[in-house]
Amino acid sequence: MGPLIPNELLSPEWNNVVALVIGFAFGYIMEASGFSSSRKLVGVFYGYDFAVLRVFFTAAIVAMIGILYLSKLGYVNFDDLYIQPTYMKSVIIGGLIMGLGFVVGGFCPGTSLCAAGIGKIDGLVFIFGLMLGVVLFSEFFPYLESTFNANNLGGVTLKETLGLSHEWTVFLFTAIGIVAFYITTLIGRHIRKVYY
Amino acid sequence: MSYWNEDHKHDYWNPYFGGFLLGILLIFTFYMTGRGLGASGAMKSTVVFALHEIAPEHVEQSAYYSRFVEKEKSPLNTWLIFEVLGAIGGAFLSGALSGRAKFRIQHSPNISSKKRLILALLGGVLFGFGSQLARGCTSGAALSGLAVMATAGFVSMMAIFGGGYLFAYFFRKNWI
Repeated sequence: MGPLIPNELLSPEWNNVVALVIGFAFGYIMEASGFSSSRKLVGVFYGYDFAVLRVFFTAAIVAMIGILYLSKLGYVNFDDLYIQPTYMKSVIIGGLIMGLGFVVGGFCPGTSLCAAGIGKIDGLVFIFGLMLGVVLFSEFFPYLESTFNANNLGGVTLKETLGLSHEWTVFLFTAIGIVAFYITTLIGRHIRKVYY
Repeated sequence: MSYWNEDHKHDYWNPYFGGFLLGILLIFTFYMTGRGLGASGAMKSTVVFALHEIAPEHVEQSAYYSRFVEKEKSPLNTWLIFEVLGAIGGAFLSGALSGRAKFRIQHSPNISSKKRLILALLGGVLFGFGSQLARGCTSGAALSGLAVMATAGFVSMMAIFGGGYLFAYFFRKNWI
């Protein structure tokens, strides 16, 4: 039963090979979807291009449904999957700062790698900025530590937090996604097509 | 005219097709490794590695960096570093096949290249800082978190995109 590498059904030596192959596909899919262009990415915030919303929501919905099926059918043990801990305060503040960084810089970390990969200097500079941000965070860590560690709910899903079963979570998230796809398509009809 | 003579610079995949493939890839990643995709963690490892080479004592005494230093294992020998190296290669192949791979600075005609680079640097600093505070970025915290219905995934998705919409108005002249 999966996950294969943690359960030692595939030897750990394969770990980095698997990482390279998965990463290659990750980069290819993002670039081919237009995520190497900052002007396309931020279109989601100004209403002229909703590619980010469509790709992101579709990927999340497909992954949720797939992982739920794999665990129901016994191919993967859901309890063995990594659920990152929810530190409510730091995830909200950190997320808002990332949102600001997104509209200022035009990328997120993954997409800046794609941009740099096809030779965009602004992508490369963004990556340099990311590293500076990490340094800044580390140097000020003593002042940030209490915020960083506040409100730890542990590795919880919406089942524990809201009492929403996984099935209902997937259903509601998919429904929200379909409504969002429909509304953004309506908005898109009124906006002139831009090439960048 | 053959495929190779045409201009494919603006031919992007249908976003639902790209999203579908990304979702399948995410399922495969969880099935193989038990974890999701990521990006910002690789930048962090690179910083820890570089500083550990320059100033090992500073890194070992730092309350934050020292969490990521293990004896007899390079900070660069992580899953995410290999994943990110693969991602750069994958992006290059896709861009090269579509005629998009070339050195350039992309920006709106309303701003200069210099301003674009300053904004890219500032945005990077903010995103880098925020991703450490939130323990992950759009791929590691939001997308991978959503795949396993983690509360942190939903909250970080709402905070990142909510933050974007909240501040978008003030930076509109740089983009439109």
